Amino acid sequence: MKFRPVYFLLSGTALVFSVFALSSWGLKQSIDFTGGSVVEYSLGAQTTSDRLKEVITSKQYPLNGERIISSKEVELRFPADFDQAKAQEIASELGEDTKVLRFESVGPILSAEILKKTYVALGIASVGILLWVAWQFKSLQFGVCAILATLHDTTILLGTFAALGHFQGIEVDILFVTAILTVLSFSVHDTIVVYDRIRETRRKQGRDLPLSLIADKALSQTMVRSFNNSLTIIFMLTALYLMGGTTIKWFVFALLVGTISGTYSSPFVAVPLLVTWDELKRKIKR
Amino acid sequence: MRQWKKLLIILVIVLGSLYVSLPPTLPVKFSYQNFKIDQTFNRPPLKINLGNYFSFQRDLNIKLGLDLAGGSHLVFEADTVKIGDSDKKAAVDAARDAIERRINLFGVAESTVQTSLVGDSYRINVDLPGVKDTQGAVSLIGQTAQLDFRELLPIPKEATDTPQFVTYQNTRSTGFTGSDFKKARSDFDSQSGKPVVSFETKPESAKKFADITTRLQGKPLAIFLDQIPISTPTVSNPITDGRGIITGQFTLEQTKSLANLLNSGALPVPIRLIEQRTIEASLGAESVQASIFAGLVGLTMVVLFMILYYGRLGVIASVALLIYGIISLGIYKLIPIVLTLPGVAGFILSVGMAVDANILIFERLKEELAVGKPWRDSMETAFGRAWDSIRDANIATLLTSFILFNPLDLSFLHTSGPVRGFAATLFLGVVISLFTGIFVTRTLLRVFARK
Repeated sequence: MKFRPVYFLLSGTALVFSVFALSSWGLKQSIDFTGGSVVEYSLGAQTTSDRLKEVITSKQYPLNGERIISSKEVELRFPADFDQAKAQEIASELGEDTKVLRFESVGPILSAEILKKTYVALGIASVGILLWVAWQFKSLQFGVCAILATLHDTTILLGTFAALGHFQGIEVDILFVTAILTVLSFSVHDTIVVYDRIRETRRKQGRDLPLSLIADKALSQTMVRSFNNSLTIIFMLTALYLMGGTTIKWFVFALLVGTISGTYSSPFVAVPLLVTWDELKRKIKR
Repeated sequence: MRQWKKLLIILVIVLGSLYVSLPPTLPVKFSYQNFKIDQTFNRPPLKINLGNYFSFQRDLNIKLGLDLAGGSHLVFEADTVKIGDSDKKAAVDAARDAIERRINLFGVAESTVQTSLVGDSYRINVDLPGVKDTQGAVSLIGQTAQLDFRELLPIPKEATDTPQFVTYQNTRSTGFTGSDFKKARSDFDSQSGKPVVSFETKPESAKKFADITTRLQGKPLAIFLDQIPISTPTVSNPITDGRGIITGQFTLEQTKSLANLLNSGALPVPIRLIEQRTIEASLGAESVQASIFAGLVGLTMVVLFMILYYGRLGVIASVALLIYGIISLGIYKLIPIVLTLPGVAGFILSVGMAVDANILIFERLKEELAVGKPWRDSMETAFGRAWDSIRDANIATLLTSFILFNPLDLSFLHTSGPVRGFAATLFLGVVISLFTGIFVTRTLLRVFARK
């Protein structure tokens, strides 16, 4: 635990960057949250994305944004009143082989609802995990530190996507919410394994030993396991990111960021916080 | 329990799951010198009937969600402002039935139409797998049901017999339509006690109905909904007060359904499309291919890593992982789980987590061995110690997947398909991995790694 300042500095830097990214750029929200329509076109052999845009301009449809998926696949955003008939009309104007691969439209009522439900889900999950950890380890201190570590991961994930949205135009959608909740549970999963080791060592070696010594021991014992476990998950996710379907690419990326951050945060955020808390408590008592 | 017995249980479960996991037809080709097998293996659908009380039938095919199979997901909002509170639910149910009826005209297999109440807004969710002309479907669904009371056309003199069935062509409108009709409900005849349908016309249309029924006394008055006849009662007495009943040899089910049909024309609920997600089938098929390939590559890397790092123990963990895969696939087919792209991601993620239990145990085992304990003792202690952290950690994951799946349909949580698909496979993944990571690995270790 003697390198604690280094860990805090590292996490602090990441957090400052994330908060900066979030506050200055914000998240680029998909139609799930803002309402609107998204069309994915597969372009024919003779068609370019410039030609596609020409047709849209000539029809005076308000284009809200575009993302080039590949040289033959383009994703376009429109306001919510843009319906499938219009999308189809554009495709047929570009020739037989241009097709609408995907058409999604979300009304503004629904999108506001999704946003509200997201906050509720995050709240319930956090409180649930906090209570579970606090009860299982008979200590509020453990629960609070575990939740702080997961908040650390969530913030970094949000910051990463704020940056991705700013530089790459990557949007966050309802699947991103799923990713956040999964990262939340994975991060706690990892933290619990380390905590469990602390509890066990404490039981064996007596409660009087300073927590920092016990924590050091527990960390070195669980380090290989944490690393190996994350490695296997990273293997699966990397394969999925590189080779899986395009619609879940960024969802998988979010899980990947969360897994790496979650693995780091258990030994280097949750436990140092726990030790610092313990030291402060002892000082105050004295 | 003896270890061999446990091994037998595992074997039975694996073989059972393997049988379920196999595709319906599997060509088997094998040749070795003079020995040749070339035939197709057929797996029949599952049918279990225990007396009259229990029946379990599954066709054991993987159910693919709209994002993988292609198709449309539509959400309509019903505009119930003009409908009284007591009639709202009946009106929306009638609208749902009307939509269902229209979709069936399209001949869409496995379409689903469900209503949901979010806050005070009534929604109708429609899933149409594999429909090409979504725009056509949307405009057809969006129409308000048309109720039309029609009379038979006068039969031409040269015709020798009366028509057998009423059709839209051999009838003409009496001018009494859905806008004149108030509502219908399933009822019982006050004298005979038989199920009947009672109905009311709007007060201002009572006179119109009286005229029609006086004119058509003793003749049939056919009721059409969207140009399809739903009932052809014969007018026995003129209905002058705007209240009538339709009698016949009806069951309660039939009167309920007829009342519902009449209401869908009488309580027209304007519906508005608020969400649409349409995926071309080819895009879905591409995603399936890509995900399976990615899954296999990831799995191979995990297996290689485990074997290289843990040696013989890694081999056993890999066998357990394989068993995990087979059982998962089998359970997906049995429940059945509708597999979506996020669901596949959930499964692939849970594979990574499934290995976790093994890694925890193996690391513990190494520690115990390092202290100098004999192999057998070390193994048992490792399992015992690791179990605490595995249990605590997995419960946290189960908690999250529970919130994501929202099994109680709480309206303040997500009920969206993709989120649920992910949660379902993650939940099952955790549960199955507890079984394979602990029970299966332990048994395999006890039996095969005695040294």
